[in-house]
Amino acid sequence: VPPTISQHEMDHLLMADSGVVETLLQRIEKADDGVDSLNVAASLGVDHQVIVGAVKSLQALGDIISADLRSSKHWELTVEGSEIAEQGSHEARVFSSIPLEGLAQSELMKLSFGKIGFSKAMSNKWIRVDKTQEGGPRIFRAVENIEDQVREKLLQVQKGNFSQLDEKEKNELKKRKLLSEVTVKSYWITKGSSFSTTITKQETELTPEMIATGSWKEKKFKPYNFEAMGVAPDCGHLHPLMKVRTQFRQIFLEMGFTEMPTNNFIESSFWNFDSLFQPQQHPARDQHDTFFLSDPALAHEFPQDYLERVKKVHSEGGFGSQGYKYDWKIEEAQKNILRTHTTAVSARMLYKLAQQKFTPVKYFSIDRVFRNETLDATHLAEFHQIEGVVADYGLTLGDLMGILHQFFTKLGITKLRFKPAYNPYTEPSMEVFSYHEGLKKWVEVGNSGVFRPEMLLPMGLPEDVSVIAWGLSLERPTMIKYGINNIRELVGHKVNLQMVYDGPICRLDS
Amino acid sequence: MPTVGIKRDLLFKALGRTYTDEEFDELCFEFGLELDEITSEKEIVSREQGDTKASDASDVILYKIDVPANRYDLLCLEGLVRGLQVFKNKLEAPRYRRISPVNGDPQKLIITKETAAVRPFAVAAVLRNITFTQERYDSFIELQEKLHQNICRKRSLVAIGTHDLDTISGPFTYTAKPPGDISFKPLNQTKEYTATELMSLYKTDSHLRHYLHIIEDKPVYPIIYDSNGIVLSMPPIINGDHSKITLQTKNVFIECTATDLTKAKIVLDMMVTMFSEYCSQPFTVEEAEVVYPDGKTCIYPELAYRKEKLSGEFINRKVGINESTEKIAQLLTRMCLLSRATGVGDEIEVEIPPTRSDVIHACDIMEDAAIAYGFNNITRTTPRAYTVANQFPLNKLTELLRQDLAAAGFTEALNFALCSEEDIADKLGKKISETRAAHISNPKTAEFQVARTTLLPGLLKTIAANRKMPLPLKLFEVSDVVLKDETKDVGARNSRRFCAVYYNKSPGFEVIHGLLDRTMQLLEVKSARGEGYHIQAADDSTFFPGRCAEIIVRGKTVGRLGVLHPDVINRFELTMPCSAMEIDIEPFLGHTAETLLTHDVPMQEVIKHKFPTPDESQQAPVSRPTSTKTVFGDVSTQVGLKALNDFLADKSYMEGFAASQADMTVFDAIPSPPSLTFCHLRRWYNHIKSFQRERARLPAAKRQFVLPAAPAASTNNASDDDDIDLFGSDDEAESAEAARVKERRLAEYAAKKSKKPALIAKSSILLDVKPWDDETDMAKLEECVRSVSMDGLLWGQSKLVPVGYGIKKLQIGCVVEDDKVGTDLLEEAITAFEDYVQSVDVAAFNKI
Repeated sequence: VPPTISQHEMDHLLMADSGVVETLLQRIEKADDGVDSLNVAASLGVDHQVIVGAVKSLQALGDIISADLRSSKHWELTVEGSEIAEQGSHEARVFSSIPLEGLAQSELMKLSFGKIGFSKAMSNKWIRVDKTQEGGPRIFRAVENIEDQVREKLLQVQKGNFSQLDEKEKNELKKRKLLSEVTVKSYWITKGSSFSTTITKQETELTPEMIATGSWKEKKFKPYNFEAMGVAPDCGHLHPLMKVRTQFRQIFLEMGFTEMPTNNFIESSFWNFDSLFQPQQHPARDQHDTFFLSDPALAHEFPQDYLERVKKVHSEGGFGSQGYKYDWKIEEAQKNILRTHTTAVSARMLYKLAQQKFTPVKYFSIDRVFRNETLDATHLAEFHQIEGVVADYGLTLGDLMGILHQFFTKLGITKLRFKPAYNPYTEPSMEVFSYHEGLKKWVEVGNSGVFRPEMLLPMGLPEDVSVIAWGLSLERPTMIKYGINNIRELVGHKVNLQMVYDGPICRLDS
Repeated sequence: MPTVGIKRDLLFKALGRTYTDEEFDELCFEFGLELDEITSEKEIVSREQGDTKASDASDVILYKIDVPANRYDLLCLEGLVRGLQVFKNKLEAPRYRRISPVNGDPQKLIITKETAAVRPFAVAAVLRNITFTQERYDSFIELQEKLHQNICRKRSLVAIGTHDLDTISGPFTYTAKPPGDISFKPLNQTKEYTATELMSLYKTDSHLRHYLHIIEDKPVYPIIYDSNGIVLSMPPIINGDHSKITLQTKNVFIECTATDLTKAKIVLDMMVTMFSEYCSQPFTVEEAEVVYPDGKTCIYPELAYRKEKLSGEFINRKVGINESTEKIAQLLTRMCLLSRATGVGDEIEVEIPPTRSDVIHACDIMEDAAIAYGFNNITRTTPRAYTVANQFPLNKLTELLRQDLAAAGFTEALNFALCSEEDIADKLGKKISETRAAHISNPKTAEFQVARTTLLPGLLKTIAANRKMPLPLKLFEVSDVVLKDETKDVGARNSRRFCAVYYNKSPGFEVIHGLLDRTMQLLEVKSARGEGYHIQAADDSTFFPGRCAEIIVRGKTVGRLGVLHPDVINRFELTMPCSAMEIDIEPFLGHTAETLLTHDVPMQEVIKHKFPTPDESQQAPVSRPTSTKTVFGDVSTQVGLKALNDFLADKSYMEGFAASQADMTVFDAIPSPPSLTFCHLRRWYNHIKSFQRERARLPAAKRQFVLPAAPAASTNNASDDDDIDLFGSDDEAESAEAARVKERRLAEYAAKKSKKPALIAKSSILLDVKPWDDETDMAKLEECVRSVSMDGLLWGQSKLVPVGYGIKKLQIGCVVEDDKVGTDLLEEAITAFEDYVQSVDVAAFNKI
């Protein structure tokens, strides 16, 4: 395959060697059945690449010529071979460097060609050694004249007349590393349908001058190579997970949901668990599942009246509930943790809502949560939770399913079904499954439920207000969307920046 | 979520039919279980220990089923089958009964006071004449293990001991002794050990070592003896070998020792309800007597059946379905909650069996009704609340800024909020004590020691992981760090930061400086001292000396920029020069018209809610009028229904042209859906039924259609008169009000009709007037409100709206001329009646 020559290089060749182009065209005109680019190069005494350039630029102009790529074997001199062609073979040079009075062998060996030339000249019997001489062995000419056949042969090859050498000779020279056989690619050039020996010079680009003078009207413009790639723009990129996050945010905003202030990673166990009616012995509150803090270890301020009501509903019941009937301890509620879900913020927001005249609200958040879990390809110690919450009078389970249907439709998921589940702070609780066309099965896509009265009533929300909520992770849909199998390639410092650079825009519903 | 492994063929045999895997999966899904895996003993062993070990293992098909964490009654084959059979209407839920021994006194377990120091509670029961098979025996052992792992919280809350009663003799003593004084032959051992020896023996036991910590450090260990001094068990670690149960065991003594009595009772109930099935008298359990140190005695197991009453309407309203009371009772019965319609209105009596300890609130019953109805059969509806969405201002700023930072040629990175102490201190040339970092007490690895206090280490690590990428690398992150903050309730807060780095063969300070300038331009801060921003030289050990500056905005330092110190570059395993900036972006939030949201909660409650006392809360959730007497006659009789049917022949509603509480009260009074013969009544009945969800929001009734059940007890002489005024106002007031309503309507009509701009700007206002409590005389309150008279003020219609716990608020409309009457003036005038009025709020304000 000939080296690709860029548009720019071709222009350069065309301009610099317009003489070559013209000569080439004349040769083609004269030839009946075409010319070989190598022959043309040899006869013009220019580098073959120059002719290739001329061919390329002529091809770019349309059907002036037609060129077929062909390859042929051909003999070339090696560096050593060229030296011999120029200066004679080593043995000939040895012969000619010996004066009539002879030369000390040691002197001869100092010459660059001495060693090889000496043994070759000896075997040709061109020289003799007299070892009896004073001051070491001395070399004398043994014949009057010599014929440097090696050089003659090489000169023939150099002129391109390698057919004059028989195979044996060529192989011998090859053995001596003076010749090498190379494959040469050349073009067989014939006349094209619109052959002409004169060419109009084509413009490459529109210039301000052409626009100013109107000269563009007379000019011909070279066609572009639309096969080539463009130049990559110099730009920054947004992170794929954040792009998906933006889309989820957009969906919630489209649905009239207000964003919750979730910028508090550190939370007390009280808001993270107790306020949600999650009992203090619940496994999620274990050291194995939750990150506890040593500094600041404890939260020191709570709405006291509310805290008393929470304590009561856990330890004694009330608000229509039997309660869990255990010894609720403030010490446990005070323990600071890294929040395990954004629902801790939802609890704060619902408590605040209860402190005002009730109006219906729709809230959402997408932010980080933390779990002290075993890590694997799909689980990290921190991930983003997407959460939606609606509070209003008389909301039903049907409303929750309806709103989930609308939400997932915006994600391009329309086939949903619901499985009864258990969650300490929602009742009923439903796992959301969607039908995965690729896997041909139902896969879990989220969790949802109606907040328990034991959570809402102690806050002070009106009795007939229901709060429905759902949640899912941001990482999972992002990994599916961008085809990422290991979560570490998506989140954290081990991210592959090329993946970030190459990431497409995020349209969740397509 | 606990997973229960059950042999498929045994399960199908017990269910009385076979299922395909898909069918069974479907059944599980509907019931709230998950068929997690289909496997075999062989497959499990081969997976865990290799094929060679698996060759002897059984290849009987096992179903691994995930059970909800609160359904302890589904943790064994017996319970699961019972639950599913009842669900499929193939079986009636059994009634579990506690019985006294046929001859003699009940078994006695005496608790001594020493147990108080370590494990103070115990309960016990006897399964008499039980027949074990290998499968039953395995299931019996497996259930104990499942209970231990779940509700018993790895034996810390409750530990179960089961014994062959025929090998021991009561009364039993539950006491606690120093470990050196305890000696017995533990289960499956050949010799006696002291408790101290046992603790070291079990240190290496893969199973038991997890429980040692529960009592290890206590001065005394719990121990149960029989009357001959034989050790039954040393809870929560191990049973004695002497009383171990075998396939031949006929009578089982079960004891549960605990630190949580409620859970101990539940666990005992579970054990006996699940396995009493195999007693000669199925589902009966022989009682045992537990004597407490204070001499008090209790009989166990409790096997308590609790009765709850709730209305069918409550279920329909919460689930969003429309089923008859009888149908709902049937649905609940299929969930092992035996239920019946009491015939009083739509009341349902639900019996919660001892197996359903998870049912602690009416909402749990409601969920079961929904499950039995089928979640996927419920019509999906859309909440109708109108809400305006707001973005969290800090996130809005972050979103906008990120877009433009990417446009400025920087690529976004996303790093962990948790990191090692080294990352935020040593590697940056800082001391950890200077960082204000929040520390994690239980990190599993050094990666999670602290919450980050700066975004810089994350970006440098991202570069280190991407050194092969072409230079320059230009990265940024806008995200939260965490700082200790005494002023916050939890002692720490997030801070939103923007950090950027430039990594190339030359430091490129000018590039980072240029990005700062661009950022300030985006944030509309000019380059100037004072009100704008500027940078000035600063010392910081993270940066190369003389190559660091503070960024000062409006006189306050918001961050730093500079060329990183070569030591810092090396510590992050980088090789090229690097410059960086990090600023706090919260100072740029500025003003926002949106409501400022924060997660801070008020620590003092301003609104005083009236919370129900325990007595009130024990009442049935919703009570409905029980009277069937109406102004049309008794609607439980055909005569009454006919009169009502005639009345409705040309009317859509009881009053006026919209549904109101009048419709609701009459609807409630009708005991069952009317027959087809009363076509008008039936049409109206079905229509009103569709309002059940929003019944609380319907306007008040003007007249009383339903009469008290006992006419003799009537307190109102006017009850003869079928025109009863609920508000107790007299006729004159009534007609005066009607006149006012008419006037207001005329005013509204005139305002609407006129296409030209009204000469006088008027507004219609809806006020919420709240009384002090449920004893406030609402009629008097309304009278007070209406007594407020001003030029340009016209009172309109009013109604009482329940706000909870028996309190009603007065919702009253009025039309005001904007120029003459302001809402402030109005509120002030009304709150002046401070004996009645607690507060006045404008519920709605509309320009006419």
